[in-house]
Amino acid sequence: MRIEAHEKKVGATLVAPALLWTLAFFLIPFAAMVWLSFSHMEGRDIVPGPDFGNYIKIFTDDSLFRGIVVSLEITLTVTVISVLLAWPLAWIIAMRVPKRWQRLALMLAVLPFWTSYVVRSYAWALVLGQKGVVMDFLTGIGLLAEPIQIMATRSATVIGFVHFFVMLLTLTIYANLVQLSPNYMRAAQDLGASAWQTIRLVVIPLTLPGVITGAFLTFVLCIGDYITPQILGGNNELTMPQLIMLQLGRRGDFPMASALSVVLMAIVTLAYAGCARWLRMDRV
Amino acid sequence: MYLKSTTALTVAALTLAATPSLAAEDLNALIWCDHADPKLLEPFEEAHGIRVNVKEYEGTAAGLALLEQSRPGDWDVMVIDGVDVGRLVERDLAEPLPVEEMHTGDYFPQIVLEDNNSVDGVTYGVTEKFGYNTIAYNKAKVDPADMESMAALWSGKYDGRIAIYDYYLPVIGIVGMAQGINTADLSAENLETLREPLMSLKAASRQVSDVVASQTSLATDEVDILVGGGEWLTAVLNADNPDLDWTIPEEGGLLWSQSLVVLKDSENKDMAVEFVKYVTSPEGQARLATSECYWGMPANSKTADVLSDDEKAVLRWDDQATYLERAQLYPVPDADLDSAMQDLWTDMIQN
Repeated sequence: MRIEAHEKKVGATLVAPALLWTLAFFLIPFAAMVWLSFSHMEGRDIVPGPDFGNYIKIFTDDSLFRGIVVSLEITLTVTVISVLLAWPLAWIIAMRVPKRWQRLALMLAVLPFWTSYVVRSYAWALVLGQKGVVMDFLTGIGLLAEPIQIMATRSATVIGFVHFFVMLLTLTIYANLVQLSPNYMRAAQDLGASAWQTIRLVVIPLTLPGVITGAFLTFVLCIGDYITPQILGGNNELTMPQLIMLQLGRRGDFPMASALSVVLMAIVTLAYAGCARWLRMDRV
Repeated sequence: MYLKSTTALTVAALTLAATPSLAAEDLNALIWCDHADPKLLEPFEEAHGIRVNVKEYEGTAAGLALLEQSRPGDWDVMVIDGVDVGRLVERDLAEPLPVEEMHTGDYFPQIVLEDNNSVDGVTYGVTEKFGYNTIAYNKAKVDPADMESMAALWSGKYDGRIAIYDYYLPVIGIVGMAQGINTADLSAENLETLREPLMSLKAASRQVSDVVASQTSLATDEVDILVGGGEWLTAVLNADNPDLDWTIPEEGGLLWSQSLVVLKDSENKDMAVEFVKYVTSPEGQARLATSECYWGMPANSKTADVLSDDEKAVLRWDDQATYLERAQLYPVPDADLDSAMQDLWTDMIQN
């Protein structure tokens, strides 16, 4: 009994810093944010609630509600495209690249991570511009008579995001793939499955934890990102983080910024709930 | 019960992380990026044997939040939008200035802006730099004659080649002027009449962009016209592309100004006043006017003796008399009108 009590005490001591950290830097600020979201502005002063006005406005004001729609559209597009690109890449690295070269291949795949996120976004702005290499190439080979506008559109935002998140997803899917026993694939082939059937019916389902984990991380990071849509999107539509920044930086409306942040967290929580079944962090 | 303390809690972590180590013997300045230029600060530091610690901020709301989160005395001087000096005074944060020691006697008379810098006859701020939110354009791509009237923006001729500077006050002011509404007359009633022209302008535009994105777009030929631009945006690009120019069309442009204020809780007020005197001197003014972050017209007219001819040409020194006649001051909306203007701006971006 004494040993058990001692172990509990040691366990509590070891866990305490993490708990305190979470309490101080997540739970308390989160509670303050939720509380603030039920306040409202009168002139330049914050008046306490409870007041549901901010939430009502978010869902009834066209511009604010559109922020939710725009964020979801961009995030889902990015997540789907990134998964479709990352899975084959991870497969090739895990299954087709010789073991001794896999580390190098992975390093090359994540090389863009080594650059600053902001610098990378501005680099994309130059690449996708009217005089950028993409337009130079497409007009050079005669595919386009005139440069078309990609920069300052949603497409530019999606391209910038996909470039970043393909790397992330490649890592999570690769980690899942290399844990798969080759016996599963051998067994499938022994039972007469074609290569495609083996991938479709055996490998893909078994890599779902890696895919879903990466997709969830992509969703969370993408929907909360301010920089890429700000730099590449041309401010032609506003995502939720941009709307939050607008409330904070320009309007000084902390209650509305808090309410938007709570809605953003609620969306992420819903996404988590939807993915929870497959979210197996120990598998990636 | 008002919750300024709640606001404080909310931003405390951010500001604490961002606040530099401040020492009372140094001069601590909340600034805009043009004051971070060593060319401006070093002569003052050498002359007085002190260090000027600077922290850049953008937007008066962010500056006020920083002040509210700092300990009294942390900051000695602050650069602020000319129209917002009163907001500092309202919060009892500004120290009256010994205006007789400043160089305002040498100022362009229109730029003293006593209404901005004084409250109840007491001067709290001094204008240090000004310029215009107007039309910037690439004269290799756009007919300069077209830019003499704002009507060209809505003519269809430049559709898809326009960018809008992402700041609601000057651009709504400009659109208002194009519709014959003076900035001083903007009200909740006539604001709605600007919705349609603002939406049309957005439809004709490629993007709504901040300073860096606007500069990049002009420099890379993404766009040829920037509504809301001016010398502050094109001057730093002039060396690389002399075709990037600006003008004030016949309908007018908006005059922006920035002021320097000594903060009430400063523990180094004498040095803070010395800094203000330095910045408003012709030498300080020339360095500030041609700062590497952005250029702008010096408030002190004697700066003409210090600036080079090329610098004066970029700043359109010789046109200032005409430009000042055409320019109108920024709108100064009350809280409700400000909120309505920002709602309109958000609608414009989202639609």
